[in-house]
Amino acid sequence: MPEATLVEAINLALARAMEDDPDVVVLGEDVGVNGGVFRATAGLQKRFGAERVLDTPLAELLISGLCVGMAAQGLKPVGEIQFMGFIYPCLDQLVNHASRLRNRTQGRLTCPMVLRTPHGAGIRAPEHHSESTEAMLAHIPGLRVVMPSSPERAYGLLLAAIHDPDPVVFLEPTRLYRAAKGEVEDNGEALPLDVAFVLREGGDVTLIGWGAVLKETMAAADALSAEGIAAEVIDLATLKPYDEDTVLGSVAKTGRCVIVHEAARTGGFGAEIAADIAEHRLSSLLAPVTRVTGYDTVVPMARLEQYYMPSVERIMTAARKVCQFS
Amino acid sequence: MASRRVNQDLPVIARFEVRHRNYLAPDGSIQRPLPAFASDAKLLIALYRSMVLLRLFDRKAVALQRTGRLGTYAVSLGQEAVSVGIASAMRKEDVLLPSYRDNGALLWRGVKLEEILLFWGGDERGNRFSGPVHDFPFCVPVGSQAPHAAGVAYALKLRREPRVAVCLFGDGATSKGDVYEAMNFAGVHKLPLLFVVANNQWAISVPLRLQTACETLAQKAIAAGFVGEQVDGSDVVAMRAAAEEAIAAARDGKGPRFIEAVTYRLGDHTTSDDAARYRSAEEVQAHWKEEPVARLRAYLVAQKMWSKADEEQLAAECHERVEAAAERYLATAARRPESIFDHLYADLPEVYAAQRRELAGEHDA
Repeated sequence: MPEATLVEAINLALARAMEDDPDVVVLGEDVGVNGGVFRATAGLQKRFGAERVLDTPLAELLISGLCVGMAAQGLKPVGEIQFMGFIYPCLDQLVNHASRLRNRTQGRLTCPMVLRTPHGAGIRAPEHHSESTEAMLAHIPGLRVVMPSSPERAYGLLLAAIHDPDPVVFLEPTRLYRAAKGEVEDNGEALPLDVAFVLREGGDVTLIGWGAVLKETMAAADALSAEGIAAEVIDLATLKPYDEDTVLGSVAKTGRCVIVHEAARTGGFGAEIAADIAEHRLSSLLAPVTRVTGYDTVVPMARLEQYYMPSVERIMTAARKVCQFS
Repeated sequence: MASRRVNQDLPVIARFEVRHRNYLAPDGSIQRPLPAFASDAKLLIALYRSMVLLRLFDRKAVALQRTGRLGTYAVSLGQEAVSVGIASAMRKEDVLLPSYRDNGALLWRGVKLEEILLFWGGDERGNRFSGPVHDFPFCVPVGSQAPHAAGVAYALKLRREPRVAVCLFGDGATSKGDVYEAMNFAGVHKLPLLFVVANNQWAISVPLRLQTACETLAQKAIAAGFVGEQVDGSDVVAMRAAAEEAIAAARDGKGPRFIEAVTYRLGDHTTSDDAARYRSAEEVQAHWKEEPVARLRAYLVAQKMWSKADEEQLAAECHERVEAAAERYLATAARRPESIFDHLYADLPEVYAAQRRELAGEHDA
């Protein structure tokens, strides 16, 4: 199988979706001739034309609103927001329209759109380019929120998002765009949404993460095994709706759980998972559910961002602590 | 008026103009030669009947609200000619993107009275209406449907379909980026799209002079690269004529247009509003002299197209239709509580299906 980086896998999935379905259109700032600032859409305009791969004016609200209108007319728009820090003008469209068009028309109009955006810190980018505010999006009923953590899953999940009949926000871990490489078969096969992926099996502690932090989480699991701790690692992949069964099943087995996310702690999606575990698996727990997260601060700029993000060491410390608990 | 004068020695590199359209004076007399369609008495009478029906329907809706049988409701009183005139120039296959004060357009396009009551009575089924299946429902967040209209029009153009999107909103919406972003994009891509602003002078309590320093709202189209026309929005003949021209041009690939319909909201913003808090009775009274229903009636009567007997018959008919619709609305039972999950997703994920069962009083084994 050919190797691809995560951003190349995104590109392959977009091209495949456009090839298979003339209703798929790609829109956003610089997605055309330039191929996107990360090159996720490289070559698409040349291949599919400027009508289907369009450079929009510099207006994020517009991009999301266009997607709603196109989707209601039966197109399958894939909008790109250049960085997650610029997604906020789209919230009105996501909350008030995309996520509820199906419900407010009782199924008469639907909104099969995808809004893609790079997510997270760690690339020494300027201010406003490093946020991870996925919990905000996961709070919106009617949306799906998806975040891959490998090239293979980026390809399969993006195809699934484009095929899905409802709106999907697709968050791409910026830090892994080129750092993550893997084998990707461009076979047009989608992976299932709403399903978590068990990346590593283990019986002592469950480590749950999504997006870029899986890199550190897997490294921590490797190091822990040298200490005799067998960690099970779950890539949540779809945050909304998240795969409760896989999470609860794993915790029932291990009795211990560490949730890892780059986003700030307060109101982060880890809290949702911790609450579910407390509600449904309290009797299985051998230690308190613990979170390793970004701090409740503004994401620091390049010089200090490494201290903000969950490190291998912080994940290991938390895992050891829950394993040593009583 | 702010000064527009700059250094007179510099060369002028562009000039713009905004034109105003009006046919019928407030007393129904003819200002300038009427458009061709005005020789069709049947059409004029249809426009008149729609406006009268809308006015009586509004009155019934307010009565229902005041007696606790309907939620908040927005009347069209004074600006019936805008939505009726615009909709009358659309084809069924065109796409309407209305604001919450465009009942006239919905009714013209086949939405049933009881469906509108159902929506304002708090039931989403009112939006699964009998009008064209592709039309959008009322947009409540002001102006946020304008980008949808651009997306719809882009899809129509991409598929080479000879259809036009028509987006209606109020004067307050022209202060929002949503509307400008959509207009800007429509200009760039020469989309088949008509924007219509019902400039009724008031955005709840905020008068037009606090929304904009522009002489007209029509000129906002100039910055987006297309034609904006100001129309007497209380003259349904002018509204229909302006819409006909703009929609034909858009259908013909000539790009978007913008119509500013200058009108006046004679009623409160909604049933939750008390306009007496922010505007004088004298101001409102003065605008009653311009209102669209009496204006068209005066013309029809002068042309001997309409009689007192016709008027009485229409009033009775409308009364009957409105009362029957209200009966049907009131007789519509609420949906089962758990139906709030029915249209959340195409396929309800299991995690929410469990919540649905909980609401339905079923218990997981």
